[in-house]
Amino acid sequence: MPFIPHTEEDIRAMLQSIGAESIDQLFDEIPPALRSSGATRVPPAMTEMEITRLMRSRAERDGTYLNFIGAGAYEHHIPAAVWQITTRGEFYSSYTPYQAEASQGTLQLLYEYQTMMASLLALDVTNASLYDGASALGEAVLMAVRAHRSAQRVLMPRTVHPTWRRVVRTIVRNQGIVLSEVDYDPAAGHTAQDALAAFEGQDIAALVIPQPNFFGVLEPVDELVAWAHAHHILVIAVVNPVALALLRPPGEWGSDGADIAVGDGQPLGVPLASGGPYFGFMACRKHLVRQMPGRIVGAARDVDGRPGYTLTLQAREQHIRRSKATSNICTNQGLLVVAATIHMALLGPAGLAGVARACHSNAFDLLAHLTAIEGVERMFSAPVFHEFVLRLKTPVAPVLHALKAQGILGGLSLTHDYPELGQALLVCATETKSEEDLKHYSDNMARIVGKRFRPAPCALKTKS
Amino acid sequence: MLIFELARPGRRNPSQAPAAAAKAGAIPEKFLRATPPLLPEVSELDAVRHYTSLSQKNFSIDTHFYPLGSCTMKYNPRACNAAAMLPQFLARHPAAPDDTGQGFLACMFELQEMLKDVTGMAAVSLAPMAGAQGEFAGVAMIRAYHDSRGDSARREILVPDAAHGTNPATAVMCGYAAREIPTDTEGNVDLVALTAAVGPHTAGLMLTNPSTLGVFEKRILEIAEIVHQTGGLLYYDGANLNAILGRVKPGDMGFDAIHINLHKTFSTPHGGGGPGAGPVGVSARLAPFLPLPLVGQHKDEYRLLNERDLPLSIGRLAAHIGNAGVLLRAYVYARLLGAEGMRRVADFATLNANYLMAELKRAGFDLAYPRRRASHEFIVTLKRLKDETGIAAMDVAKRLLDKGFHAPTSYFPLLVPECLLIEPTETESRQTLDAFVAAMKEILEEARANPQLVKTAPHTTPVRRLDEVKAARELDLAWKPPPPHRS
Repeated sequence: MPFIPHTEEDIRAMLQSIGAESIDQLFDEIPPALRSSGATRVPPAMTEMEITRLMRSRAERDGTYLNFIGAGAYEHHIPAAVWQITTRGEFYSSYTPYQAEASQGTLQLLYEYQTMMASLLALDVTNASLYDGASALGEAVLMAVRAHRSAQRVLMPRTVHPTWRRVVRTIVRNQGIVLSEVDYDPAAGHTAQDALAAFEGQDIAALVIPQPNFFGVLEPVDELVAWAHAHHILVIAVVNPVALALLRPPGEWGSDGADIAVGDGQPLGVPLASGGPYFGFMACRKHLVRQMPGRIVGAARDVDGRPGYTLTLQAREQHIRRSKATSNICTNQGLLVVAATIHMALLGPAGLAGVARACHSNAFDLLAHLTAIEGVERMFSAPVFHEFVLRLKTPVAPVLHALKAQGILGGLSLTHDYPELGQALLVCATETKSEEDLKHYSDNMARIVGKRFRPAPCALKTKS
Repeated sequence: MLIFELARPGRRNPSQAPAAAAKAGAIPEKFLRATPPLLPEVSELDAVRHYTSLSQKNFSIDTHFYPLGSCTMKYNPRACNAAAMLPQFLARHPAAPDDTGQGFLACMFELQEMLKDVTGMAAVSLAPMAGAQGEFAGVAMIRAYHDSRGDSARREILVPDAAHGTNPATAVMCGYAAREIPTDTEGNVDLVALTAAVGPHTAGLMLTNPSTLGVFEKRILEIAEIVHQTGGLLYYDGANLNAILGRVKPGDMGFDAIHINLHKTFSTPHGGGGPGAGPVGVSARLAPFLPLPLVGQHKDEYRLLNERDLPLSIGRLAAHIGNAGVLLRAYVYARLLGAEGMRRVADFATLNANYLMAELKRAGFDLAYPRRRASHEFIVTLKRLKDETGIAAMDVAKRLLDKGFHAPTSYFPLLVPECLLIEPTETESRQTLDAFVAAMKEILEEARANPQLVKTAPHTTPVRRLDEVKAARELDLAWKPPPPHRS
C-alpha cells in the first residue's frame, strides 16, 4: 500500500488492542448516510516510474523559451547549492518552529534572514515571510490603517503592478478601506506629483510607492516621501530586493525614509515555476512592529545562558489572539525564506550588486538594440532599472505571437491594463541574458516589425 | 555561530555572480545606494557547511516521529518533489501564454477535478496559498453571496470555542464579528447554544469535522439544518480532512464552502512553516464567487480563467496562480495514491490514532473523551498528573524531545486542561507508535521518581528552554556587527 507500512499482522494486532473487529468499525460514530462510496473521478494508483514518465512528458511538452517577461517575476541564476540544501529533509519536512528547542536550525536561519533583509531595506525590523508580494502589500495596507487609527483611505499609484492592486482590493475591501488611484505622468512614466495635490486636506493613512515601478521606471521617491510625511501620511514602499543591491533602500528615502516596505522575495533564489511558491517580505520601523503580521524571530538565552532563537511577539498572531490578531496568516512560505537566505549568503554584497548591475546593463543594451528598429520606440523618458516599456507601431499581440514561434517570449502586453498607452509592451532583461540572446531578440523583432512596415506591392497600394 | 561571524571582508564567490564587469548604465547618482547591505562575505563551502549544520539542529519528519495534532505531519514522498522540480516546470514564467504551459495546466485541471470529487463540492479554485487564505476566500465568498442577494444585514460568523485561531481571525478580516459557540461534555458543538445564537444576523458557521478535539461531530446534519434554516452558510475548515479522506465528503455533510490544506492531507512538505496551499471548494450557489484564476478546459486545451469569465469572483489572492509548485506536488501525490489509496489514508490514519489512544490509556494516561472513538487524532489530558506531581503538559512535551520524538500539539484546544493533541498519521508503523508509547511510559515513571528531570527538560537538544518572556521584552530581531576593535 503506497506510503502505508502496515502488514496484515500489524492490522490484526492493532485492532485487537483497540477492541474492534475491523477498520470499518472505527468509523461507527459517523452516520451511515454520510459514508461515501469513495472517489469516482480519481484514477487508479500509478507507480513512481509511471508518474515520473507522465510528468516528464508534460514538462517536455511545455518546453523552454528565451524569456524577456518580467512584470513582477524575474529570471535569475540560482546557485546549485541553494536548492540542494533547501530540500534537505531537515528543512523540507520540518514544521513551523513553535517548539524552539527542536527547531534551532530554522530559527537561527530566520534570524539571519531578518538581519540581511533589514539591512537590504535599511529598516529596523522584518518579519519572516508572507505569502507573496501582492498579498504582502495587502497586509501592509491593513497595517498602515491600523497604525494610523483615523484614516481609512490609502493612495495607490497606477504604477503599482495591476494584479497586485487587484489582490489588495480583494484583501481589504470588506474592512471599509478605500483605495484611491493616483495617476502617472504620461511622459516620464512615474507617479505624477501634481496628481497628489488633489488629495491634500483628506484624511489619508498611507501612500504606496513602488521602486522600480511596474513600468520598470524609477519613481522620484524623495519627493513622494516628503509630500506624504508633510501630510502625516505613512509611506509603504514596494521594492525589488535585487534592485536594492544597487538602489537606495526605502529606509533612506527622503529625509526620514519609508515607514513600511514590502515586496516579492522571488528574485532571491526562487525559480519562476509558473508563479509560485514565492514569498512576500515586510519590514517596518521599530515603533510599528506590534502592528506587523506574520512570524518574527528573536534572539534569546536558554536556562544555561546559551544563545538561541525563538518565535517572538506571538501575541500579535491568530493562534494566541484569535479574533484580535493582526492577520489570520499562519502557514506561509518558510522554505522559500530558507532558499533566499542561502542565496544571499552565497552571493554576498558584491555578488548581489553584480547581479543588479548586470541586469541594468543588459536592459540598457536591449533597449538600445530594440529602439534602433523603426517602429519601436521607448515609451517613458525617466530612468529604468531592468525593465522598460516600448511603444510599437503595430499591434503587440501578433508581434508576441511571431516571437514565440521563434522560441522567444518577448514581454508582456500592456494593452489590457493600460489601454491609454496604445500598443505598449513591457520588456525585461536580467543577468541571465547573453549578448547573443539580446541580439537574437532584437534581430527577430526587427524582422517581424520590419515585415509589417515593408512597403506593400504597388498593386495593393492603390487600395488605400 | 552566525553566518555573519564567519564572514571576512573581501571573501567572494566569483562563480555565483555575473562574470562581465557591467557598465555603469544610466541610473542617476541620487537613486543609488551609498552603503552596501549587511550580507555575509563567505565562501561557497562556508555557506554550504553552515546551512547544512543548521539543518541538523532541526527535528523533521525525515528524522523524527512528529505526532503533532491537527498538523498532519505525514511522510512527504520524494517523487512529488522530483516531479515539481523538473527544469521546464521551474523555468516557466507565470505570465507566459497558456499555450506554453499545457502540460502544467493539465496537472492543475486534473487536480481541481480530483479535489471536487473527494470533497463532494461543485467547483474548486486552487488559488489560495495556505489554509488561512482558503478560509479568507471561503468567508469572503459567503459575504459576496449574501451581498449579491441584497442580504447585507448578516454581521456575524459563528465558530466553536475549540476552533483554530485562524477561524475567528478570518471572520474579522472579512468584516464580520466572530462569536464563539461552546462545546458539550462529549466534545460536540452545544446545539442548544447554537440554536440560541443563530438568526438573521448569522452569515455562517465555520466548523472543523472531525473537530480539533479529535472526534466526529455526529449531529452535523442537524447543525447544517439549523444554520441553513436561518439563511446562514456552512464553512468547512479542512484542517482535519485526513481523517475522512475517501470515507466522507464534506459536501454530503451540507457544507457550502471548504478549504483543503494540501500540506496536510496531500502530503506536500511543511517546509519549516510553509509553503502550503489551501484550495477552496464550493457548492453550486457559491461557484460564481470563486477566487481567480481557475483552470478551464475547452476540448483538449487548458486556459486560466479571468475576470471576464467570472465577473462575480471575490477577486485575486496572489499575483499569479498561487503556490503552483505545491499544487504540482499534491497532484503527483494524488496520482501515486489513486482512488483506493485515498480511502486508505483515512482508514490507516484512524487505525493508528485509535491504536495509540488505546495503548496510552493502557499505559496510564487519561483521555479527554474516553467514551469516544478517536478520529485521526485524540486528546490526552495531564491534569491528574499535574495535580499529583506538578508536571505539566509542557514538561512532558519537552521531555519527549530528549527521547527523540517531536512533542504533540500542547495547550490546544484551550478548553481541555493540560492537553496533548496527538496525531500519528497513516505513514507511521506500529513499531514507531510502540516506541512512542514506551517513551511516554518512561516519562510517567520519571514524573513520579524524578520530577525535576522532567521539569527541566529538554536536556539533549542544541539549546534548552529559552527565556521567551525576556526575548519579547528586550527585542533582538537582527544581528548587529560589534563596534570596531580598538588596539
